[in-house]
Amino acid sequence: MRKKVRSHEFYLLLIFIVFSLFVGLLNPAFYSFGNLFKILKSSVEMGLLAICFMLVLILGGIDMSFPAIAVASMYMTVSFLNTLGVDFPLFVPFLLAGGIGAVFGAINGILIGILELPTLIITLGTMSLIHGGLVVFVGKSWISNLPAALVEFSKANIIQWTSSAGDVQGLHASVLILVGIAIMVGLILKYTWFGRSMFAIGGNLEVAKRHGIPVARIRFLVFVAVGALGGIAGLLHGTLVRMANPFDIIGTELNVIAAVVLGGVSLSGGSGTIQGTMLGVLLINIVNNSLILIGMPSYWQKFFIGAIVIVSTLFTANRGKLVRVNKTRKGFMVI
Amino acid sequence: MKSKSTLVTYLTRLDPSFKRLLFITFLIFSIMASLRPSSFLTSRNMISMAFQFPEMGILALAISIAFISGGMDLSLVGISNLSGILGGYLMLGLINDQTGPIGIFCAISVSILASLCVGVLCGVLNGQLISRLNISPILATLGTMQLFTGIALILTKGSALIGFPQEFSFFGQGSVWLIPVPLIIFLVTAFGLHHILSKTYLGHSCYYIGTNQKAAKFAGIPIAKTLLKTYMTSGLLAALAGIIMMSRVNSAKADFGSSYTMQSILVAVLGGVSPLGGKGKVAGVIIAVLALQFLSSGFGMLRMSQYAKEFVWGFLLVLLVALNILWDGRKAR
Repeated sequence: MRKKVRSHEFYLLLIFIVFSLFVGLLNPAFYSFGNLFKILKSSVEMGLLAICFMLVLILGGIDMSFPAIAVASMYMTVSFLNTLGVDFPLFVPFLLAGGIGAVFGAINGILIGILELPTLIITLGTMSLIHGGLVVFVGKSWISNLPAALVEFSKANIIQWTSSAGDVQGLHASVLILVGIAIMVGLILKYTWFGRSMFAIGGNLEVAKRHGIPVARIRFLVFVAVGALGGIAGLLHGTLVRMANPFDIIGTELNVIAAVVLGGVSLSGGSGTIQGTMLGVLLINIVNNSLILIGMPSYWQKFFIGAIVIVSTLFTANRGKLVRVNKTRKGFMVI
Repeated sequence: MKSKSTLVTYLTRLDPSFKRLLFITFLIFSIMASLRPSSFLTSRNMISMAFQFPEMGILALAISIAFISGGMDLSLVGISNLSGILGGYLMLGLINDQTGPIGIFCAISVSILASLCVGVLCGVLNGQLISRLNISPILATLGTMQLFTGIALILTKGSALIGFPQEFSFFGQGSVWLIPVPLIIFLVTAFGLHHILSKTYLGHSCYYIGTNQKAAKFAGIPIAKTLLKTYMTSGLLAALAGIIMMSRVNSAKADFGSSYTMQSILVAVLGGVSPLGGKGKVAGVIIAVLALQFLSSGFGMLRMSQYAKEFVWGFLLVLLVALNILWDGRKAR
């Protein structure tokens, strides 16, 4: 099992390197720092959403509602703060978005964690509920003036320079947020009792229960956390595109799912690493970015992503048996 | 008298979740009818609804088969679009200004056949990825969905394919003795699928594989062959739905019906098909798609936006699943 996981990340890294070399050969502009930082910046939103999806996947469920939670938290935060009209410091919108996301996550948490309803179906339901509710009850217009703090943040580059073409390039601050959260989640998953219990629950629910793990409580908390994270991801999205559009983010779920599964997180739960997920996200973003650089028309993108997903899964160890047999061994994986 | 008691006996012996679904569908119908009787209860509305739901119904049936076998097929809408587009190109290529009615008939028949074949081939790809190469169905169909849509996008460069002959719209807009053609196609498909699922070895094998694949393997059921046939059937049905869609709007587009994937999953699940496999009946899916249609048409009459419909639909789904599971004592995970 351990070898299986390690070899998956290894192959992923291999594909990553090969693809980067290939693209670099076709267009050396790929290798510039400016481009690299651009890729990183575009990976932030998908990266955070991927962490959301990964956490629920490890728990053994499939969450389809995270984009809806993201966009709803973002839109509600922006419209609320705009109505208040006061200039808030940066942490306020993030706190608010995280809070709203957490509330939505709690709904999922109660339905799935406590009532033990099946995740896929319920999250499909909550996705429609939240998104439909957002448009019907909150609003459907695009908000283009965001609170001042957010607008400033969208320009916050840690390192920045002006390229010869005259445009500003640099490493954006939001990348730090992604890295920070990724490290934190990775540490929690690997070194805390909470994290290991998550793997246990996803690996074999019955065994976890009999071990005395408070399954309902952990599931509830994970969904709340995922909701909060989704809210932050949504707010970052809105900040980076400088607009609150209630129809954004929905529809990107399949890309996020592809990234996570590419990263080696098992679809039946109980295994997965944050490194794999981040690699998966980066890979998908590199594909998108490099296709643009090569000058490939945008309608080739879907084709390529599909091909890469299929080819990568052919080569990596993510092809398990369809049958969930003998999951006890995956229970306490040390990643 | 005797027929009435058998009907009552039949109704009482039904599966409780199916009864709940019937009740909810009836409730929706009643609510819509009472809110706008002058527009909802008209034959014009009934006929209009009968034109609209079959394509979703066929898609829902297609995804139900995949669910029952224990997998999932997210690529169905991609298959619909791609097969429609390829058939459309063929049709446009075969017909020019001088083609007579027989020529047009032949061209349409050939292109429909071609579309269905494309659908089956796409299904073969899915089936092979899932059964031979053991890729998880969600992942495989996610990839193939991008692939199919991508190919369709490359071919059409994003624009819609138009200019089909008038006769082609028969499938999506025509009627035979007042019965809409899509409805006829749907009923035939549903009946055929019901027969396959309940009366043939293939159908039963599907259920067994979905319930416990390892046990099915040891029982001697040919897993790879059955799964291949399952996904081929899904692909075929998706292509069929694609033809109806194309005929109804008289155009073919690579990204048409992107929300249909989610909707068909909702319909299938509402209809009692378990995404974990092994459970589900055609009858349930039929009722569920009717419920969706009543809701959709009713909301249209109430001038509610599609998002209000989305909201209610999500609410219903959560409610129904919660009720089913809580009242059935958490048997159905």
